[in-house]
Amino acid sequence: MLQGITSEAFILGCSAIGAGLAMIAGIGPGIGQGHAAAQGAAAVGRQPEAQADIIRTMLLGQAVAETTGIYGLVIAIILLFVRPLLTAYLELGL
Amino acid sequence: MFEITLNLGGKEIVIAETIVNTYIVTFLLIIFAIVVNRKIKNAKPEDTPSGLLNVVEVAVEAIQTLVKQNMGEKQIWFAPYIFSLAFFLVVSNLFGLFGFTPPTSDYNVTLTLALITFTLTQFYGIKNNGIVGYAKGFLDPLPFLLPLNILGELANPISLSFRLFGNILSGVIIMSLLYNALGLIAPLITPVLHAYFDVFSGILQTFIFTMLTMIFIGGSFND
Repeated sequence: MLQGITSEAFILGCSAIGAGLAMIAGIGPGIGQGHAAAQGAAAVGRQPEAQADIIRTMLLGQAVAETTGIYGLVIAIILLFVRPLLTAYLELGL
Repeated sequence: MFEITLNLGGKEIVIAETIVNTYIVTFLLIIFAIVVNRKIKNAKPEDTPSGLLNVVEVAVEAIQTLVKQNMGEKQIWFAPYIFSLAFFLVVSNLFGLFGFTPPTSDYNVTLTLALITFTLTQFYGIKNNGIVGYAKGFLDPLPFLLPLNILGELANPISLSFRLFGNILSGVIIMSLLYNALGLIAPLITPVLHAYFDVFSGILQTFIFTMLTMIFIGGSFND
């Protein structure tokens, strides 16, 4: 079944799949940010006069929660555009 | 858009587009600073500020309030650094609107800015607590947490730089994919996404980067 596919193309395809899998990391920050936004909305509802402070704290917390998602994104970008696996394969010189 | 290739004695030196753009941003900010400086010297204190000076005064006051809130009254002398950091980040993040590659989509730029924050944090941590107090801080709350504390300290600049870099670079990649995929009808659809990826995301990341810088540096002061 794999006949007719060069090794380079196979590695590129697998890298693309790996990049897609790495982006599963986006689920966690999504849930976390949504939770922070929900709590922020509830807090604004309770204390509308503190809206500016609440929004600032919420955005800061969301940015920190986003970190793990960004790590996944960076790995996906490296797999797609830097292609370390293909370079490693070519250096093997098989 | 501009990639400069220098020929020095047969050797080719390529200066990347993002570095050229960083210099453009720096020159724009220097010109801006000179113009504002000249205007503020000619302004009379008793007049109500107007025009450009008014905008600059609002920005300076906002930064000073943030510094006072997050770093304490005594650390107000950090405001000039925070202000230039915020202005540099805003202009470079919004550079994508003019068709340039934003300098912050290059990891070199964001890592440099994060390392400045990291160095300042460690320097003032040692200066204010003494070398013994600084080392003792790593044994808090329990001595066997030392490796975790060191790793946590080292993770700060990495996460700080990757957050900015990842957000801006993902915007750049998505925009270029869309421009390539849509072709001629791209101008109909992309403005909304520019508003999100460049303006909203850029300003938000600027705010977050400067806020975290203030919190990290402010944490190494005692008062």
